Amino acid sequence: MTAPVIRELVESVRGSLQTLGAYTLFAGRVARDTPRALLRFSLVIEQVYNSGALSLVITMLSGLFVGMVLGLQGFDLLERFGSEESLGSVAALGLLKELGPVITALLFAGRAGTALASELGLMRATDQLAAMEMMAVDPVRRVVVPRFLGGVISMPLLAAIFSLIGLFGAQLVGVQIMGVDPGQFWSQMRGAVEFEDVMQGALKSVVFGVACSLVAVYEGYHSVPTAEGVGRATTRTVVVSSVSVLLLDYMLTAVML
Amino acid sequence: MRQTRAIELGTGLFVLLGFAALFFLTTQITNREFGLGDDGYRLTAAFEQVGGLKPGAPVSMSGVTIGRIESITYDFKEYRARVTLRIEKSFDRIPDDSDASILTAGLLGGQYLGIGPGSSETFFKDGDQIQFTQSAIVLENLISKFLFSKAAEGQPAAEPAKESTP
Repeated sequence: MTAPVIRELVESVRGSLQTLGAYTLFAGRVARDTPRALLRFSLVIEQVYNSGALSLVITMLSGLFVGMVLGLQGFDLLERFGSEESLGSVAALGLLKELGPVITALLFAGRAGTALASELGLMRATDQLAAMEMMAVDPVRRVVVPRFLGGVISMPLLAAIFSLIGLFGAQLVGVQIMGVDPGQFWSQMRGAVEFEDVMQGALKSVVFGVACSLVAVYEGYHSVPTAEGVGRATTRTVVVSSVSVLLLDYMLTAVML
Repeated sequence: MRQTRAIELGTGLFVLLGFAALFFLTTQITNREFGLGDDGYRLTAAFEQVGGLKPGAPVSMSGVTIGRIESITYDFKEYRARVTLRIEKSFDRIPDDSDASILTAGLLGGQYLGIGPGSSETFFKDGDQIQFTQSAIVLENLISKFLFSKAAEGQPAAEPAKESTP
Protein backbone atom coordinates (compact mmCIF):
# COMPACT_ATOMS: atom_id res chain seq x y z
CA MET A 1 0.00 0.00 0.00
CA THR A 2 2.69 2.47 1.02
CA ALA A 3 5.36 1.29 -1.38
CA PRO A 4 3.87 2.84 -4.57
CA VAL A 5 3.34 6.15 -2.75
CA ILE A 6 6.95 6.27 -1.65
CA ARG A 7 8.13 5.28 -5.09
CA GLU A 8 6.06 8.04 -6.60
CA LEU A 9 7.43 10.52 -4.10
CA VAL A 10 11.02 9.52 -4.85
CA GLU A 11 10.19 9.71 -8.53
CA SER A 12 8.82 13.24 -8.27
CA VAL A 13 11.75 14.46 -6.16
CA ARG A 14 14.08 12.98 -8.73
CA GLY A 15 12.11 14.71 -11.46
CA SER A 16 12.35 18.13 -9.81
CA LEU A 17 16.06 17.67 -9.17
CA GLN A 18 16.52 16.73 -12.78
CA THR A 19 14.63 19.81 -13.95
CA LEU A 20 16.72 22.02 -11.67
CA GLY A 21 19.90 20.48 -13.00
CA ALA A 22 18.75 20.87 -16.60
CA TYR A 23 17.94 24.52 -15.94
CA THR A 24 21.38 25.12 -14.45
CA LEU A 25 23.17 23.41 -17.31
CA PHE A 26 21.10 25.34 -19.84
CA ALA A 27 21.86 28.60 -18.01
CA GLY A 28 25.54 27.75 -18.18
CA ARG A 29 25.29 27.08 -21.89
CA VAL A 30 23.49 30.37 -22.47
CA ALA A 31 26.04 32.24 -20.35
CA ARG A 32 28.92 30.64 -22.26
CA ASP A 33 27.52 31.76 -25.59
CA THR A 34 26.57 35.24 -24.43
CA PRO A 35 29.88 37.00 -25.34
CA ARG A 36 29.71 35.62 -28.89
CA ALA A 37 26.09 36.69 -29.26
CA LEU A 38 27.04 40.19 -28.19
CA LEU A 39 29.30 40.37 -31.22
CA ARG A 40 26.29 39.86 -33.48
CA PHE A 41 24.36 42.56 -31.79
CA SER A 42 21.81 43.09 -34.56
CA LEU A 43 20.18 39.79 -33.59
CA VAL A 44 19.90 41.01 -30.00
CA ILE A 45 18.42 44.32 -31.09
CA GLU A 46 15.73 42.51 -33.02
CA GLN A 47 14.81 40.68 -29.82
CA VAL A 48 14.86 43.88 -27.77
CA TYR A 49 12.22 45.04 -30.22
CA ASN A 50 10.21 41.84 -29.88
CA SER A 51 10.19 41.56 -26.13
CA GLY A 52 10.74 45.19 -25.14
CA ALA A 53 9.25 47.60 -27.63
CA LEU A 54 6.20 45.43 -28.22
CA SER A 55 5.55 45.18 -24.47
CA LEU A 56 5.70 48.94 -24.13
CA VAL A 57 2.00 49.71 -24.46
CA ILE A 58 0.80 47.11 -21.97
CA THR A 59 3.53 48.13 -19.52
CA MET A 60 2.68 51.82 -19.73
CA LEU A 61 -1.04 51.23 -19.44
CA SER A 62 -0.61 48.96 -16.43
CA GLY A 63 1.83 51.39 -14.85
CA LEU A 64 -0.64 54.22 -15.19
CA PHE A 65 -3.43 52.29 -13.52
CA VAL A 66 -1.25 50.82 -10.79
CA GLY A 67 -0.01 54.31 -10.02
CA MET A 68 -3.53 55.69 -9.94
CA VAL A 69 -4.72 52.96 -7.59
CA LEU A 70 -1.67 53.61 -5.43
CA GLY A 71 -2.68 57.26 -5.37
CA LEU A 72 -6.21 56.44 -4.24
CA GLN A 73 -5.29 53.79 -1.70
CA GLY A 74 -2.29 55.68 -0.40
CA PHE A 75 -4.35 58.83 0.02
CA ASP A 76 -7.11 56.99 1.85
CA LEU A 77 -4.60 55.33 4.19
CA LEU A 78 -2.45 58.40 4.85
CA GLU A 79 -5.42 60.65 5.38
CA ARG A 80 -6.28 58.62 8.47
CA PHE A 81 -2.96 59.67 9.98
CA GLY A 82 -3.29 63.20 8.71
CA SER A 83 -0.15 62.92 6.61
CA GLU A 84 -1.45 62.80 3.05
CA GLU A 85 1.54 64.93 1.97
CA SER A 86 3.66 61.79 2.27
CA LEU A 87 1.75 60.29 -0.65
CA GLY A 88 4.60 61.20 -2.98
CA SER A 89 7.22 59.31 -1.03
CA VAL A 90 4.93 56.33 -0.43
CA ALA A 91 4.06 56.07 -4.12
CA ALA A 92 7.64 56.57 -5.28
CA LEU A 93 9.19 54.05 -2.90
CA GLY A 94 6.43 51.52 -3.51
CA LEU A 95 6.74 51.80 -7.25
CA LEU A 96 10.51 51.93 -7.49
CA LYS A 97 11.33 49.16 -5.07
CA GLU A 98 8.42 46.74 -5.33
CA LEU A 99 5.59 47.28 -7.76
CA GLY A 100 7.65 48.48 -10.70
CA PRO A 101 10.04 45.54 -10.96
CA VAL A 102 7.55 42.85 -9.88
CA ILE A 103 4.51 43.82 -11.94
CA THR A 104 6.67 44.53 -14.96
CA ALA A 105 8.20 41.08 -14.60
CA LEU A 106 4.77 39.44 -14.34
CA LEU A 107 3.54 41.35 -17.38
CA PHE A 108 6.74 40.47 -19.19
CA ALA A 109 6.21 36.78 -18.44
CA GLY A 110 2.71 37.01 -19.83
CA ARG A 111 3.44 39.15 -22.86
CA ALA A 112 6.99 38.46 -23.98
CA GLY A 113 7.76 35.18 -22.16
CA THR A 114 4.88 33.31 -23.75
CA ALA A 115 5.76 34.68 -27.18
CA LEU A 116 9.36 33.49 -26.78
CA ALA A 117 8.36 30.07 -25.51
CA SER A 118 5.79 29.42 -28.22
CA GLU A 119 8.11 30.69 -30.93
CA LEU A 120 10.92 28.40 -29.82
CA GLY A 121 8.48 25.56 -29.23
CA LEU A 122 7.13 25.89 -32.73
CA MET A 123 10.66 25.99 -34.11
CA ARG A 124 11.28 22.75 -32.28
CA ALA A 125 8.01 21.20 -33.47
CA THR A 126 8.65 22.13 -37.10
CA ASP A 127 12.23 20.84 -36.93
CA GLN A 128 13.76 24.23 -37.60
CA LEU A 129 16.15 23.79 -34.70
CA ALA A 130 17.18 20.38 -35.98
CA ALA A 131 17.70 21.86 -39.45
CA MET A 132 20.04 24.46 -37.99
CA GLU A 133 22.06 21.76 -36.30
CA MET A 134 22.28 19.97 -39.64
CA MET A 135 23.79 23.10 -41.14
CA ALA A 136 26.29 23.26 -38.28
CA VAL A 137 24.63 26.34 -36.84
CA ASP A 138 24.33 26.14 -33.09
CA PRO A 139 20.67 26.93 -32.39
CA VAL A 140 21.45 28.01 -28.83
CA ARG A 141 23.91 30.59 -30.08
CA ARG A 142 21.88 31.70 -33.08
CA VAL A 143 18.33 31.60 -31.69
CA VAL A 144 18.22 31.18 -27.92
CA VAL A 145 20.91 33.55 -26.64
CA PRO A 146 19.78 36.64 -28.59
CA ARG A 147 16.25 36.12 -27.28
CA PHE A 148 17.54 35.72 -23.75
CA LEU A 149 19.68 38.84 -23.97
CA GLY A 150 16.87 40.84 -25.53
CA GLY A 151 14.72 40.05 -22.51
CA VAL A 152 17.47 40.87 -20.04
CA ILE A 153 18.07 44.25 -21.68
CA SER A 154 14.39 45.07 -21.98
CA MET A 155 13.29 44.33 -18.43
CA PRO A 156 15.03 47.14 -16.50
CA LEU A 157 14.02 49.66 -19.14
CA LEU A 158 10.41 48.50 -19.00
CA ALA A 159 10.46 48.63 -15.20
CA ALA A 160 11.83 52.18 -15.22
CA ILE A 161 9.11 53.27 -17.65
CA PHE A 162 6.50 51.51 -15.53
CA SER A 163 7.65 53.27 -12.35
CA LEU A 164 7.77 56.66 -14.00
CA ILE A 165 4.33 56.38 -15.56
CA GLY A 166 3.01 55.00 -12.27
CA LEU A 167 4.42 58.00 -10.46
CA PHE A 168 2.59 60.32 -12.81
CA GLY A 169 -0.56 58.25 -12.31
CA ALA A 170 -0.24 58.63 -8.54
CA GLN A 171 0.40 62.33 -8.99
CA LEU A 172 -2.64 62.60 -11.25
CA VAL A 173 -4.95 61.07 -8.66
CA GLY A 174 -3.29 62.44 -5.54
CA VAL A 175 -2.71 66.00 -6.67
CA GLN A 176 -5.32 66.64 -9.34
CA ILE A 177 -8.25 64.73 -7.89
CA MET A 178 -7.60 64.35 -4.17
CA GLY A 179 -5.99 67.72 -3.70
CA VAL A 180 -2.60 66.94 -2.19
CA ASP A 181 -0.34 69.94 -2.44
CA PRO A 182 1.88 69.40 -5.52
CA GLY A 183 4.91 71.01 -3.92
CA GLN A 184 4.61 68.77 -0.86
CA PHE A 185 4.07 65.74 -3.09
CA TRP A 186 7.31 66.19 -5.02
CA SER A 187 9.45 67.55 -2.21
CA GLN A 188 8.48 64.79 0.22
CA MET A 189 9.23 62.31 -2.53
CA ARG A 190 12.65 63.78 -3.15
CA GLY A 191 13.38 63.85 0.53
CA ALA A 192 12.51 60.21 1.02
CA VAL A 193 13.92 58.52 -2.07
CA GLU A 194 17.62 57.78 -2.08
CA PHE A 195 19.75 56.95 -5.08
CA GLU A 196 20.16 53.46 -3.61
CA ASP A 197 16.40 52.91 -3.77
CA VAL A 198 16.39 53.46 -7.52
CA MET A 199 19.38 51.18 -7.93
CA GLN A 200 17.75 48.46 -5.80
CA GLY A 201 14.75 48.53 -8.08
CA ALA A 202 16.95 48.41 -11.17
CA LEU A 203 18.95 45.50 -9.76
CA LYS A 204 15.76 43.63 -8.99
CA SER A 205 14.46 44.09 -12.49
CA VAL A 206 17.74 42.88 -14.00
CA VAL A 207 17.52 39.72 -11.90
CA PHE A 208 13.87 39.26 -12.88
CA GLY A 209 14.82 39.82 -16.51
CA VAL A 210 17.39 37.04 -16.32
CA ALA A 211 14.92 34.71 -14.58
CA CYS A 212 11.94 35.33 -16.88
CA SER A 213 13.96 35.17 -20.09
CA LEU A 214 15.77 32.04 -19.00
CA VAL A 215 12.53 30.29 -18.11
CA ALA A 216 10.93 31.29 -21.40
CA VAL A 217 13.79 30.12 -23.61
CA TYR A 218 14.31 26.96 -21.58
CA GLU A 219 10.68 25.91 -21.72
CA GLY A 220 10.42 26.76 -25.42
CA TYR A 221 13.65 25.04 -26.36
CA HIS A 222 12.84 21.90 -24.42
CA SER A 223 9.18 21.68 -25.35
CA VAL A 224 7.69 18.43 -26.58
CA PRO A 225 7.48 18.84 -30.37
CA THR A 226 3.71 18.58 -30.64
CA ALA A 227 0.89 21.14 -30.65
CA GLU A 228 0.07 20.12 -27.11
CA GLY A 229 3.70 20.35 -26.05
CA VAL A 230 3.99 23.92 -27.30
CA GLY A 231 0.86 24.87 -25.39
CA ARG A 232 2.19 23.23 -22.25
CA ALA A 233 5.53 25.01 -22.62
CA THR A 234 3.75 28.35 -22.82
CA THR A 235 1.70 27.64 -19.71
CA ARG A 236 4.72 26.44 -17.79
CA THR A 237 6.59 29.60 -18.78
CA VAL A 238 3.98 31.82 -17.15
CA VAL A 239 3.64 29.65 -14.06
CA VAL A 240 7.34 29.08 -13.45
CA SER A 241 8.39 32.66 -14.15
CA SER A 242 5.64 34.19 -12.01
CA VAL A 243 6.44 31.97 -9.05
CA SER A 244 10.18 32.44 -9.38
CA VAL A 245 9.81 36.22 -9.69
CA LEU A 246 7.82 36.40 -6.47
CA LEU A 247 10.21 34.04 -4.71
CA LEU A 248 13.27 35.95 -5.92
CA ASP A 249 11.59 39.20 -4.94
CA TYR A 250 11.27 38.06 -1.36
CA MET A 251 14.86 36.88 -1.22
CA LEU A 252 16.26 40.02 -2.85
CA THR A 253 14.24 42.28 -0.57
CA ALA A 254 15.37 40.38 2.50
CA VAL A 255 19.01 40.66 1.41
CA MET A 256 18.94 44.31 0.39
CA LEU A 257 16.87 45.88 3.14
CA MET B 1 14.34 46.64 -45.67
CA ARG B 2 11.34 48.72 -44.70
CA GLN B 3 10.57 46.21 -41.99
CA THR B 4 14.07 46.36 -40.47
CA ARG B 5 13.86 50.11 -40.40
CA ALA B 6 10.56 49.98 -38.52
CA ILE B 7 12.07 47.54 -36.06
CA GLU B 8 15.12 49.72 -35.57
CA LEU B 9 12.97 52.78 -35.09
CA GLY B 10 10.73 51.04 -32.57
CA THR B 11 13.69 49.62 -30.67
CA GLY B 12 15.43 52.97 -30.65
CA LEU B 13 12.34 54.66 -29.32
CA PHE B 14 11.91 52.02 -26.64
CA VAL B 15 15.53 52.14 -25.49
CA LEU B 16 15.52 55.93 -25.48
CA LEU B 17 12.32 56.02 -23.47
CA GLY B 18 13.69 53.46 -21.02
CA PHE B 19 16.92 55.31 -20.40
CA ALA B 20 15.10 58.63 -20.19
CA ALA B 21 12.85 57.14 -17.50
CA LEU B 22 15.84 55.73 -15.62
CA PHE B 23 17.65 59.05 -15.87
CA PHE B 24 14.63 60.95 -14.65
CA LEU B 25 14.18 58.57 -11.72
CA THR B 26 17.81 58.80 -10.64
CA THR B 27 18.23 62.54 -10.97
CA GLN B 28 14.84 64.10 -10.37
CA ILE B 29 13.22 61.85 -7.79
CA THR B 30 16.19 61.21 -5.51
CA ASN B 31 17.75 63.74 -3.19
CA ARG B 32 21.23 62.99 -4.40
CA GLU B 33 23.08 65.99 -5.66
CA PHE B 34 25.41 65.08 -8.45
CA GLY B 35 28.70 66.86 -8.73
CA LEU B 36 28.92 67.65 -5.03
CA GLY B 37 31.44 64.85 -4.62
CA ASP B 38 34.43 65.63 -2.47
CA ASP B 39 34.03 69.37 -2.58
CA GLY B 40 33.55 71.46 0.49
CA TYR B 41 34.95 71.19 4.01
CA ARG B 42 34.27 69.17 7.13
CA LEU B 43 33.18 70.32 10.55
CA THR B 44 32.54 68.24 13.64
CA ALA B 45 30.15 68.70 16.51
CA ALA B 46 29.58 66.72 19.70
CA PHE B 47 26.07 66.03 20.98
CA GLU B 48 24.66 64.46 24.13
CA GLN B 49 21.84 62.99 22.09
CA VAL B 50 21.52 62.74 18.32
CA GLY B 51 18.06 61.17 18.33
CA GLY B 52 17.07 60.04 14.85
CA LEU B 53 19.71 61.99 12.95
CA LYS B 54 21.18 59.91 10.12
CA PRO B 55 24.14 60.26 7.77
CA GLY B 56 22.95 62.01 4.61
CA ALA B 57 20.55 64.28 6.48
CA PRO B 58 20.69 67.93 5.44
CA VAL B 59 22.57 70.65 7.29
CA SER B 60 20.66 73.84 6.97
CA MET B 61 21.03 77.48 7.83
CA SER B 62 17.80 79.47 7.94
CA GLY B 63 16.22 76.65 5.94
CA VAL B 64 18.82 76.69 3.17
CA THR B 65 20.61 73.38 2.74
CA ILE B 66 24.32 74.08 2.96
CA GLY B 67 25.64 70.56 3.40
CA ARG B 68 24.97 67.06 4.63
CA ILE B 69 25.77 64.86 7.61
CA GLU B 70 28.69 62.67 6.66
CA SER B 71 29.03 60.34 9.62
CA ILE B 72 27.92 59.84 13.20
CA THR B 73 30.21 58.00 15.62
CA TYR B 74 30.55 57.69 19.35
CA ASP B 75 33.44 59.49 21.02
CA PHE B 76 34.68 57.59 24.05
CA LYS B 77 36.86 60.48 25.24
CA GLU B 78 33.97 62.83 25.71
CA TYR B 79 31.28 60.18 26.00
CA ARG B 80 29.19 62.00 23.46
CA ALA B 81 28.10 61.41 19.89
CA ARG B 82 30.43 62.95 17.32
CA VAL B 83 28.78 64.16 14.13
CA THR B 84 30.84 65.00 11.07
CA LEU B 85 29.25 67.35 8.57
CA ARG B 86 30.33 68.27 5.10
CA ILE B 87 29.58 71.84 4.15
CA GLU B 88 29.52 72.92 0.52
CA LYS B 89 32.45 74.98 -0.62
CA SER B 90 30.42 78.07 -1.44
CA PHE B 91 29.23 78.44 2.16
CA ASP B 92 32.63 79.36 3.59
CA ARG B 93 31.66 82.28 5.77
CA ILE B 94 30.05 80.65 8.77
CA PRO B 95 31.16 82.47 11.96
CA ASP B 96 33.16 80.17 14.23
CA ASP B 97 30.92 80.83 17.21
CA SER B 98 27.83 79.52 15.40
CA ASP B 99 25.71 76.94 17.15
CA ALA B 100 24.38 73.62 15.86
CA SER B 101 21.11 72.09 16.93
CA ILE B 102 19.27 68.97 15.89
CA LEU B 103 15.79 69.83 14.68
CA THR B 104 12.85 67.96 13.26
CA ALA B 105 11.16 68.87 10.00
CA GLY B 106 7.45 68.78 10.78
CA LEU B 107 5.80 66.37 13.13
CA LEU B 108 6.60 63.23 11.16
CA GLY B 109 9.53 64.55 9.15
CA GLY B 110 13.12 63.48 9.40
CA GLN B 111 15.68 65.18 11.60
CA TYR B 112 18.23 67.63 10.31
CA LEU B 113 21.00 69.79 11.66
CA GLY B 114 20.29 73.50 11.89
CA ILE B 115 23.12 76.00 12.17
CA GLY B 116 22.46 79.37 13.75
CA PRO B 117 25.09 81.93 12.79
CA GLY B 118 27.10 83.56 15.55
CA SER B 119 28.65 87.01 15.48
CA SER B 120 32.36 86.21 15.29
CA GLU B 121 34.56 87.89 12.69
CA THR B 122 36.45 84.68 11.99
CA PHE B 123 34.98 81.81 10.05
CA PHE B 124 35.01 78.02 10.34
CA LYS B 125 37.80 76.19 8.52
CA ASP B 126 38.11 72.56 7.50
CA GLY B 127 38.26 70.28 10.55
CA ASP B 128 36.95 72.78 13.08
CA GLN B 129 34.60 71.77 15.84
CA ILE B 130 31.32 73.53 16.53
CA GLN B 131 31.45 74.37 20.24
CA PHE B 132 27.84 75.26 20.95
CA THR B 133 25.50 72.39 20.33
CA GLN B 134 21.98 71.58 21.31
CA SER B 135 20.90 67.96 21.39
CA ALA B 136 17.93 66.39 19.78
CA ILE B 137 14.76 66.62 21.81
CA VAL B 138 13.61 63.23 22.96
CA LEU B 139 9.85 63.28 23.28
CA GLU B 140 9.77 60.97 26.31
CA ASN B 141 12.14 63.24 28.26
CA LEU B 142 10.06 66.25 27.32
CA ILE B 143 6.86 64.61 28.51
CA SER B 144 8.39 63.39 31.77
CA LYS B 145 9.89 66.84 32.41
CA PHE B 146 6.51 68.39 31.81
CA LEU B 147 4.77 65.93 34.11
CA PHE B 148 7.32 66.38 36.90
CA SER B 149 7.14 70.14 36.70
CA LYS B 150 3.35 69.92 36.85
CA ALA B 151 3.61 67.70 39.90
CA ALA B 152 6.14 70.05 41.47
CA GLU B 153 3.78 72.98 41.08
CA GLY B 154 1.44 71.35 43.58
CA GLN B 155 4.10 71.22 46.30
CA PRO B 156 4.90 74.53 48.02
CA ALA B 157 8.69 74.43 48.48
CA ALA B 158 9.60 72.22 45.57
CA GLU B 159 12.64 73.02 43.51
CA PRO B 160 11.81 74.16 39.98
CA ALA B 161 12.49 71.50 37.36
CA LYS B 162 16.14 71.64 36.54
CA GLU B 163 16.94 72.71 33.00
CA SER B 164 19.53 70.50 31.34
CA THR B 165 22.64 72.31 30.17
CA PRO B 166 22.43 73.15 26.51
